[in-house]
Amino acid sequence: MSLGKYEKAFLMNLLEQMLLIRRFEEKSAQMYGLRKIGGFLHLYIGQEAVAVGSIAALDMKKDYVLTGYRDHGHALACGMHPNAAMAELLGKVTGCSKGKGGSMHFFDVENNMYGGNGIVGAHIPIAAGVAFKVKYYEEDGVVLCYFGDGAIHQGVFHETLNMAKIWSLPIIFICENNQYGMGTNYKRVSSVHDYSIMGASYDIPAWQVNGMDVLTVYEETQKAIKLIKDKNTPVLLEIQTYRYRGHSMSDPARYRTKEELEEYRSQDPIAILQSKMLEEGALTLEEYKELDNKCKEIINESVRFAEESEEPPLEAMYEDIYA
Amino acid sequence: MALITFREAIRQAMDEEMARDERVILMGEEVAEYDGAYKVSQGLLDKYGDKRVIDTPITEAGFSGIGIGAAMVGLRPIVEWMTFNFSLLAYDQVVNNAAKMRHMSGGQISVPIVFRGPNGPAEYLSSQHSQALQSVYAHVPGLIVVAPATPYDAKGLLKSSIRNDNPVLFLEAELMYNWKGEVPEEDYLIPIGKADVKRVGSDITLITCSKPLRLVEQAAQHLAELGVEAEIIDLRTVKPLDEEAIYQSVRKTNRCVIVDQTWPFASVASHIGWLVSKNCFDYLDAPAELVTSEDVPMPYNHTLELEVQPTVKKIVDAAKKVLYM
Repeated sequence: MSLGKYEKAFLMNLLEQMLLIRRFEEKSAQMYGLRKIGGFLHLYIGQEAVAVGSIAALDMKKDYVLTGYRDHGHALACGMHPNAAMAELLGKVTGCSKGKGGSMHFFDVENNMYGGNGIVGAHIPIAAGVAFKVKYYEEDGVVLCYFGDGAIHQGVFHETLNMAKIWSLPIIFICENNQYGMGTNYKRVSSVHDYSIMGASYDIPAWQVNGMDVLTVYEETQKAIKLIKDKNTPVLLEIQTYRYRGHSMSDPARYRTKEELEEYRSQDPIAILQSKMLEEGALTLEEYKELDNKCKEIINESVRFAEESEEPPLEAMYEDIYA
Repeated sequence: MALITFREAIRQAMDEEMARDERVILMGEEVAEYDGAYKVSQGLLDKYGDKRVIDTPITEAGFSGIGIGAAMVGLRPIVEWMTFNFSLLAYDQVVNNAAKMRHMSGGQISVPIVFRGPNGPAEYLSSQHSQALQSVYAHVPGLIVVAPATPYDAKGLLKSSIRNDNPVLFLEAELMYNWKGEVPEEDYLIPIGKADVKRVGSDITLITCSKPLRLVEQAAQHLAELGVEAEIIDLRTVKPLDEEAIYQSVRKTNRCVIVDQTWPFASVASHIGWLVSKNCFDYLDAPAELVTSEDVPMPYNHTLELEVQPTVKKIVDAAKKVLYM
């Protein structure tokens, strides 16, 4: 794919967002090692092109994003400030969810990011409910609902696809197939290996997308949005991707080979965009280093901010339960 | 005042709230073209159209979740469950999503949704269709549980529930739908969390909610014939519980029986029993007694199924025990 049709600023922005997520996740892993973060920490490293490419096709003033618990990348791509994200991981009162949600429950309602949902697949009908509202008021927006290959077998996925179709809801169901539901390869637990087939049961257009190439993800998301508007139908995308780290921090990922991991590292989404831009003269190595340093500094600042922030007061445990 | 049924009271509440607020929608199995499995939503499709009165497939988890999502972004859905038995298919959606979104988001989100439908045993339906689930829902922080027993309370409380910004479980009962009662012509609300004294008395407090109220009223009649004046506290809302109303009455009568149709273990009744013993200890002349459903699944056989539930005799016997009669 040639970069010719894209403005440099747009490409630089995609590169910066992916780098920012990568550096944020690397720092999170470090902070986990230092025991500043506890519980489950699911890293998005390797999958950055999926959130960045698809959310680049949205207008976060009218469109919506919901995802599962591997949510840091989506939140940052929607515009959540890294300070609020890191403070949430440290359980601080300045976190996006005031320290009550943690890694799995990033919410940023101002940027139309509705979680950060911890039960596998349970947010899929929630996302359709958001799309129901968009349709009810005849708004122009669409909803992107991300979930993993592990979630696609949950009953609510199938229930929701059916209702999304009969009610023509403006929603793209995005299965981020990172190939492992926790430690189980998707091929071992799925009757089909091409998840886009599942759209056919509900007469929903669906196709597979290379999730290691951010521009491909961007363009295919645009196509899906156009289909929603032109044909009044929901869409299902299987975006094929790969996570470099284990399922969570406690997972050494012994269920896969070094060769497999290396194979995917050679298709790294950041490296792909970087090398294309270098090749076509849209980027110099100096510019790349500058950009990377900028991201690292933003993330270092987020750690400073989070560490200096206050713990929630004890009485906060009784707050934010009833409206 | 007009004499109307419990069913009509619920319908009027939904109709009036849909008329005053475009954000209110009704969804569930058979609510639209079939006019409601128990005819509660009769006529609402004709009046508000299929954009606002929506038939769903038989997928409780899915459509309950869609209601929750719509509520999170500003609609005020009423989700009808054909019965609360089937709400267990949606239990994850209610407990993990409706009840917790506000908390997990640090207060960024509210979930103004009402889940309503018949709860508790009807007749001849055996185990899977005869469950009272208020204890199961009241256990979960973030939820409101409303359980009225008269058309007047049902209408005023449903209107308040629809206007409330939190998830509300609104419990009805098949056998209550034809119960009649007086309801004012003019608009009125009943606040959530306020119990009602249904009978004033000085000798013993009988605490209940929802369908057993009629049994409790009959038991109070029997007791009156024995010279015992019972005070009846109808909770109307299970959560938040009107603890003050309970304590005020028990501190006056010094004796208490709690009647609830759920199973006894870790239940609404056992919780109130603990609260009373903790907060009215110095006033009690006898330990509080509970009359609940037996701790068994519901049998089909009619004699057995009636005996599994609270009965007038069980309530009178419990009262006599507390009164040392």
